[in-house]
Amino acid sequence: MLKLRDFIRLIVMAIFCHRLRAFLTMLCIAIGIAAVVLLTSIGEGIHRFVLSEFTQFGTNLIGINPGRATTVGASVGVFGAERPLTIDDAEALKRIANVEAVIPMVQGNAEIKAFGKSRRSTVYGVGAEFPTVFTFNVSAGRFLPDDDPLAPRAYAVLGYTLKNELFGTKSPLGQYIRIGGSRYRVIGTLESKGQVLGFDLDDAVYIPTQRSLAMFNRDSVMEIDLLYKEGANQQQIVGAIEKLIIARHGKMDVTITTQQQMLEILGSILNVLTFAVGALGGISLLVGGVGILTITTIAVRERTSEIGLYRALGARRIQILALFLGEAAILSGLGGVIGLAVGLLGGQLLQLIFPALPTHFSLFFTSLSVILAIIIGLIAGVLPAMHAAQLDPVTALRAE
Amino acid sequence: MIELQAIQRDFNVGDQTIHALQQINLTISQGEYVSIMGPSGSGKSTLLNVIGLLDRPSSGTYTLDQAEITALSDDERADIRQHKIGFIFQFFQLLPRLTAQENVELPMLLAGTAPFVRQQRARKVLQSLDILDRAGHRPDQLSGGQQQRVAIARATVMQPKVILADEPTGNLDRHSGREVIRILERLNGEGMSLIVVTHDPEVGQRAKRHIRMIDGKITHSD
Ligand SMILES: Nc1ncnc2c1ncn2[C@@H]1O[C@H](COP(=O)(O)OP(=O)(O)O)[C@@H](O)[C@H]1O
Ligand SMILES: [Mg+2]
Repeated sequence: MLKLRDFIRLIVMAIFCHRLRAFLTMLCIAIGIAAVVLLTSIGEGIHRFVLSEFTQFGTNLIGINPGRATTVGASVGVFGAERPLTIDDAEALKRIANVEAVIPMVQGNAEIKAFGKSRRSTVYGVGAEFPTVFTFNVSAGRFLPDDDPLAPRAYAVLGYTLKNELFGTKSPLGQYIRIGGSRYRVIGTLESKGQVLGFDLDDAVYIPTQRSLAMFNRDSVMEIDLLYKEGANQQQIVGAIEKLIIARHGKMDVTITTQQQMLEILGSILNVLTFAVGALGGISLLVGGVGILTITTIAVRERTSEIGLYRALGARRIQILALFLGEAAILSGLGGVIGLAVGLLGGQLLQLIFPALPTHFSLFFTSLSVILAIIIGLIAGVLPAMHAAQLDPVTALRAE
Repeated sequence: MIELQAIQRDFNVGDQTIHALQQINLTISQGEYVSIMGPSGSGKSTLLNVIGLLDRPSSGTYTLDQAEITALSDDERADIRQHKIGFIFQFFQLLPRLTAQENVELPMLLAGTAPFVRQQRARKVLQSLDILDRAGHRPDQLSGGQQQRVAIARATVMQPKVILADEPTGNLDRHSGREVIRILERLNGEGMSLIVVTHDPEVGQRAKRHIRMIDGKITHSD
């Protein structure tokens, strides 16, 4: 039987003899692999980027929104039947064991005026614990004090952008500004948080919830955010919240969303994204496979008389099969490695050219694509190789 | 050694059946020198292919070295080709990307012979055919006569019992043709059976035994 070393030598010689064809075959696979690696690394990059944007608020958050949700996110209030979510509710929630902070939230837009300058910005009605819960840092002064939630003083804290717009380099501390017509005293400014998922948290002013309710003429808060202790049982806390709401409202008329749920939903959406992007690359891999199939088919046809000679010299069918399969395997393997290198380099290059575009090398998708490339290469190689092995030696010898 | 009985080989072309071999009965002993002649299309190549186990007869029995061949599997037939039969073709069938020596080594490589033994034997055979100085040349650097000598070296390096040559001089000038025939006759003198298919009466007459074929039948056999 043919020795392995000679077997590989025969294949390598055949590959070298048909350099252009071998190159094209490898190119087919390489392009496919490079596409998969590149696209999935962009997909993974975006995935990780979005998740990190979310998790910067910590993972021990629970959001409570008025109305029962049919699916998470879209709350459908039963008309007129639900009780408003109030600051009192938030105060009650604070007493649940293991709850660290509770923030009743209201959001709206208003005209903000200071020293003749004016700007329309987002107004957030929040509680004193807001910086802790959402990991904001105070850059000057302090955040809203822990006043009586139902009668807080008219204090305001400025977001980074808004402070710059209204005061420039001057210190706003102790200055009075007008928000939606009412007078507030600036007691602090926040460090820049940048854009978080498209929301500019810097172009905003933060005031006590109770005052924002009056400003926007509301009797209920939009959301209550709750931070629980690290390591506490989330299930227990959710249960306690439900019990408390039922006790206070007479029925369960709010929707509770844990950060974990949010992350899971987000994760699954992002997985679909990565997968879709990977599938795109997969298509190019498939196209590469068709290319290999075509080229190998031509190779077998061109080398028919050679196959006939091997058979006349006593080669068994299985040896012919192995020779052509080996060729396909080596070419697709090499093509895979080249594609991998190009894909990884391309990812790095992309990162250099577009630093904003997050890319992340995914070992899973990369190994998957290499395995896929070899499988595609083998499948594309098997058909022509089987054809070669099945050739009648006399017919093969007569081919020229 | 070779015994054909009632060998029939039919080809189906469309709805037509071509009887390339009809009721062939032929016995060839070890060491014989036989020429097969006849008009084009008379079945000479087909007969040679059947004898060389490249082709299966449609019916009849073929015994080679006391062994019934027609029932053997494809792999068993490949093994017999490897060890007992040497083919020589009109168009040499050398692999263009291999050197002369590598071409000669090919049957041993397929048989799994160790590289050192392979090289030794290939060089020995090339030397006996007087083309050792061309061992490193590729086929396109050799003349027709030299290429056919390399092909003969390849066919005989496994020391087969029979050499089957299909028009071995058909693609050569008269001088190279004679030389090739002389080499084949010398190998025959060393004990290998030699069966030559040829158009050339001069070549055919040199054989010790002459077979004539017309329309798939043997019309004359010494
Ligand atoms: N594979 C084949 N398919 C169909 N017909 C064939 C095939 N091989 C040979 N033949 C036919 O069989 C006959 C004998 O062919 P062949 O043995 O090549 O003749 P020769 O070698 O004497 O010229 C011819 O009529 C040829 O056309
Ligand atoms: Mg012929």
